[in-house]
Amino acid sequence: MKKLLMATAAVALTAGMAQSETVKLGVIFGFTGPIESLTPTMAAGAELAMEEVNTAGGILGGQMIESVRGDSTCVDAGAATAVADKMITSDKVSGIVGADCSGVTGAVLQNVAVPNGMVMISPSATSPGLSTVDDKGLFFRTAPSDAREGAVLAQILQERGINSIAITYTNNDFGKGQSDAIATSFKELGGEVTIVSAHEDGKGDYSAEVGALASAGGDLLVVAGYLDQGGLGVIQGSLDSGAFDIFGLPNGMIGDSLPQNVGPDLDGSFGTIAGSDSEGAGIFQEIATAKGFDGSSAFSSESYDAAALLMLSMQAAGSNKPGDYGSKVMDVANAPGEKINPGELGKALEILANGGEIDYQGATGVELIEPGESAGSFREIEVIDGKMTTVRFR
Amino acid sequence: MDILNALVALTNFVLIPATAYGSQLALGALGVTLIYGILRFSNFAHGDTMAFGTMCTILVTWMFQSMGVSFGVLPTALLALPFGILGTMALVLFTDRTVYRFYRQQRVKPVVMVMVSLGVMFIMNGLVRFIIGPGNQRFADGERFIIKARAFKEMTGLNEGLAIKTSQGITVVTAILVVAVLFWFLNKTRTGKSMRAYSDNEDLALLSGINPDRVVMITWLIVAALATIAGVLYGLDKSFKPFTYFQLLLPIFAAAIVGGLGNPLGAIAGGFVIAFSEVLVTYAWKKVLIYLMPEGMGPEGLAQLLSTDYKFAVSFMILVVVLLFKPTGLFKGKAV
Repeated sequence: MKKLLMATAAVALTAGMAQSETVKLGVIFGFTGPIESLTPTMAAGAELAMEEVNTAGGILGGQMIESVRGDSTCVDAGAATAVADKMITSDKVSGIVGADCSGVTGAVLQNVAVPNGMVMISPSATSPGLSTVDDKGLFFRTAPSDAREGAVLAQILQERGINSIAITYTNNDFGKGQSDAIATSFKELGGEVTIVSAHEDGKGDYSAEVGALASAGGDLLVVAGYLDQGGLGVIQGSLDSGAFDIFGLPNGMIGDSLPQNVGPDLDGSFGTIAGSDSEGAGIFQEIATAKGFDGSSAFSSESYDAAALLMLSMQAAGSNKPGDYGSKVMDVANAPGEKINPGELGKALEILANGGEIDYQGATGVELIEPGESAGSFREIEVIDGKMTTVRFR
Repeated sequence: MDILNALVALTNFVLIPATAYGSQLALGALGVTLIYGILRFSNFAHGDTMAFGTMCTILVTWMFQSMGVSFGVLPTALLALPFGILGTMALVLFTDRTVYRFYRQQRVKPVVMVMVSLGVMFIMNGLVRFIIGPGNQRFADGERFIIKARAFKEMTGLNEGLAIKTSQGITVVTAILVVAVLFWFLNKTRTGKSMRAYSDNEDLALLSGINPDRVVMITWLIVAALATIAGVLYGLDKSFKPFTYFQLLLPIFAAAIVGGLGNPLGAIAGGFVIAFSEVLVTYAWKKVLIYLMPEGMGPEGLAQLLSTDYKFAVSFMILVVVLLFKPTGLFKGKAV
């Protein structure tokens, strides 16, 4: 009996020790909901970075990283907040990669992360509104704000000789922010915006919305929505009724499921998504392919960078407490220091452990500007032969 | 030429979609109205019965597709439709045996029956989501268009395109056939007449030797067929998602009440009234007006009465107005 007790105690003790040697990172993406076709590769990207760090021997002198996944649902702020709350209070995560969609990200940030002093790095929340939130220095994003993307997309439209556009957006923070940014930039360049109207996700029929858009007219329809939701419905409806032939596709609409669902009629449509031709992008692509997922899928590389930044900042601060390492995120992301590409996280950890400095480039050529968001480079996408093809970088 | 353009634009964006939508609503409302007329309660589970029937049809369609069976230019779902109807018939007969019959024998008030159907609705709702999932399902195949917008422009040289989807054509043709068969059945056959007699006066019908169980069973069978056909047509034309079928309940009930509950002819008229008002009120008239008005007199704004977000509000408004001023509906049905 005594022996048994001793053994149990010993096991409990070692288990307890093992516990203290892992650092948990929350991964909050919408595994169900309007962007569910993108999130598996996003999570794979984030977990790839964690795996790489673990292979290199962990952070802070041998602490292993463990991923804790949670479902943000992309649209239900209540569900996302509950998940984040659970991660902090019961899983005791040290940092959060996420959330994904702008609306839930704002909710998690204000209701959970800021009150609990938790650091969040979102790979895909792009609403301009998040730039001005009072985040107490806890929120960063590896994707650029839509204000930037709006300007880039407007420029592409103009270069392609489009003079007037109609815009429809999904009725939430993300869609509104994005459509405002595009409309403002396009008007500044001298273009005409015939209509800006919202559509609701999850409806069976968008013919009424398409009718209004068609009546307003325009050379092209910009669809600031989600590719698995209303955005798809509006495009399908427009093509069916012959209202519009080509579409402008901001980042929420980029993904291979769109041309698959719509078919050859989508050819010739074009859009933008955050992405770069940096050296790191190619390397990340190769590693991802070797791991069996598509690294060029939307926001996958940003997710890798978000997770990597969290871990490198912890190493730089010598602590996994959000209060300690939050201030280091900007330091490791920007110059001065040794440039770090994907696959070199081990090297970066060593440099930081020896007190050196790094300039994390990662898979997207990370360069963070105040208030903690990516300066942003973009891929110009065109649908060619039913595939989303990158035609150039901006 | 401008008048033709205006006409084509109006047809493309208003008349054709509203006609197809109206046919789908009419078939749905027929089911509701039959149950109200003969079984004497408002069946809230109707939307989800439609979803169940469509789900059965989709599953059989997928099986056919994987076996390589197709229906040429027409959607395979039409071949699978009879199987879907059989599945739905089995389900509604089962619910009638296990649930409704008990309350019928108790001779409960109609409002109790409505609450019972609400419960059935939630169960069917869950059943459909459990089997096929809450997401969007696409099952349309075959030729998508009868006339394509671009082809129409080239053919006629007009500025405006006109597109007619195969699903829209099928919807209207099927609706006409189904309605014709239904009216023939109700008016000409012995069983149909006994159903109408049972609806007019239950006690008198029983006295004259009509078997009530048989009438109830046949009503359910017809309703199952109507619901499945309406659901499959809607799914082919738009897309299948359990939640949107649940939402269809409102316009369907509005259609049945506007036409006069219990009156099959009213249900059809009601379906088209609701569909056309929804589309007309939320349509932006700018383009049509620009074609029709003299040069430079076209409107600056969109000339849209209500934003498309308020589509459901239109059904509600019509419902309220009809209940306030003509509770029996356009075609003298029963007052609710």
